[in-house]
Amino acid sequence: MRITQGTFSFLPDLTDDEIRSQISYALEHGWPCSVEFTDDPHPRNTYWEMWGLPMFDLVDPAAVMDEVRACREEHPQHYVRVTAYDASLGRQTVALSFLVNRPDVEPGFRLDRAEGADRRIGYTVHPYATEAPAGSRYPAPDPRGNGHARR
Amino acid sequence: MADRWSAGVIPYAEMGYWQPDYVPKDTDLLCAFRVTPQEGVPPEEAGAAVAGESSTATWTVVWTDRLTTHEHYQAKCYRVDAVPGAEGQWIAYIAYDLDLFEEGSIANLTSSIIGNVFGFKPLKALRLEDMRIPAHYVKTFPGPPHGIVTEREYLNKFGRPLLGATTKPKLGLSSRNYGRVVYEALRGGLDFTKDDENINSQPFMRWRDRYLSCMEAVNKAQAETGEVKGHYLNITAADMEDMYERAEFAKDLGSVIVMLDLTVGYTAIQSMSKWARRNGVILHLHRAGHATYTRQKTHGVSFRVISKWMRLAGVDHIHAGTVVGKLEGDPASVHGFYDVLRKNSYTADPGKGLYFDQEWASMPATMPVASGGIHAGQMHQLLHHLGEDTILQFGGGTIGHPMGIAQGAEANRVAVEAMIKARNEGADYLAQGPEILRKAARHSKPLEMALSTWGDVTFDYASTDTVDAVPTPA
Repeated sequence: MRITQGTFSFLPDLTDDEIRSQISYALEHGWPCSVEFTDDPHPRNTYWEMWGLPMFDLVDPAAVMDEVRACREEHPQHYVRVTAYDASLGRQTVALSFLVNRPDVEPGFRLDRAEGADRRIGYTVHPYATEAPAGSRYPAPDPRGNGHARR
Repeated sequence: MADRWSAGVIPYAEMGYWQPDYVPKDTDLLCAFRVTPQEGVPPEEAGAAVAGESSTATWTVVWTDRLTTHEHYQAKCYRVDAVPGAEGQWIAYIAYDLDLFEEGSIANLTSSIIGNVFGFKPLKALRLEDMRIPAHYVKTFPGPPHGIVTEREYLNKFGRPLLGATTKPKLGLSSRNYGRVVYEALRGGLDFTKDDENINSQPFMRWRDRYLSCMEAVNKAQAETGEVKGHYLNITAADMEDMYERAEFAKDLGSVIVMLDLTVGYTAIQSMSKWARRNGVILHLHRAGHATYTRQKTHGVSFRVISKWMRLAGVDHIHAGTVVGKLEGDPASVHGFYDVLRKNSYTADPGKGLYFDQEWASMPATMPVASGGIHAGQMHQLLHHLGEDTILQFGGGTIGHPMGIAQGAEANRVAVEAMIKARNEGADYLAQGPEILRKAARHSKPLEMALSTWGDVTFDYASTDTVDAVPTPA
């Protein structure tokens, strides 16, 4: 399966040029970018690991791109996202967030049903990947892999 | 001037309801009424009558006024402007002291302002065009239980309009079949599906069965996509006891959202807003019935006023027009409604029908929902008119897709993401919209099919509710 979190998951994976273009859009709006990664794709997993602090003072898209690349190289089999943050009064929240890397193989989720009384069912979404400990959840990179997301 | 205290019928203007020199206070609530007086009634007298009948006056002089500081409680009509190009129509501006209203009560506010006066015989017609709600009064309302920011954080969805669909056909599906539509639409790419306003608990599908089927569908779609999904479970019912029962059940099943119809009334909406805040459930409002009093230009209440009241009453979503779809919605007016719902403060803009400045004092914003006759081929126009903080509801435009419901959903999702991406890249997306969509359709067969099926469908009729003033180009 292909998880569809993030703003652009229904489009083909973004190329580096396309990623840079989105970063430029964010920086032009005064939204600092940050890079985060995880190997727990649960839809309620809010706090991905931070690849350093948000880059508050970085205004050069190329420099943000360097961090994207470095994170992908270090974590080629993780989900990596770029998040642009709008600190303006009344927003103070994420403005844009999109995936820039995903594992070669995404096993997806199991839906657990706890059957209760009067036809009620308690549902839990269970990522198959999280059955293994953090850090060893996705298979080793494809030998052809270059750290980039699969097409 | 006649003696204010002589017995009998005294013109309202002379009783102090017409005060052209009055300077409104920051704490005053201000209204702009479109007044169409009967022949022979001067506009100042008509404006004064509206001020009187919506505040302290009765039709004759009462000595008991003298037991009060009546000048304080009198509403004051302070300005009357002729409407350009509409003979016999006037905009009357009226100021109300804050003491006239109970804190945090839409019922009280509306009983005062629109309680009696709309049937007043000396007027042929009357329309409440806009209302400036002072920040002092705004702060007595809790507002939306979540608001746009919290909703986005809760759903983990940023940077694009959200997508929804109303389950069709509106009536007749059994709960099992209904849930199928929900599942297909959500797994295909929509964020939300929705009960229609008239789906409550009918013989063909009782509410409890529907909730169970919909939550099976929602959870299954979450597991298929790794995204948070929701279905607006309509809890509208005959009485509060039933609504609370339905809302509690929806919450127990894990639904992120419930929905209400405007027909339940302002007090019921405020009660359910309290419930939604207490229980962490997003509250969607369908504006069922509104066009009976919002559409005609000379009589009723403008939807921009309803929008203000509903943001105060505290709903997270409200249907507010599409501009391009099948239902009434002049572009300038709809832009005005969206400003009312989303901005923290704005200045008066006659071009959008906004008569007053409005300060929301950090009250969270209500997400406007665009629903009714829209499709993927209009994505560039929808984004241009409605912006990013909106929910685009493609009912027919999802479920009517020739390849299937999931494919209809995918077409909409690909279209919105492609349009956002192009906009962010600096494209003139409004002009190049059709080309951007065609390009995106190269890697999405469902989008290609959607464009060829509905590409030419438009609802191009003149609007009834349009703004009067057009700003002079600089």
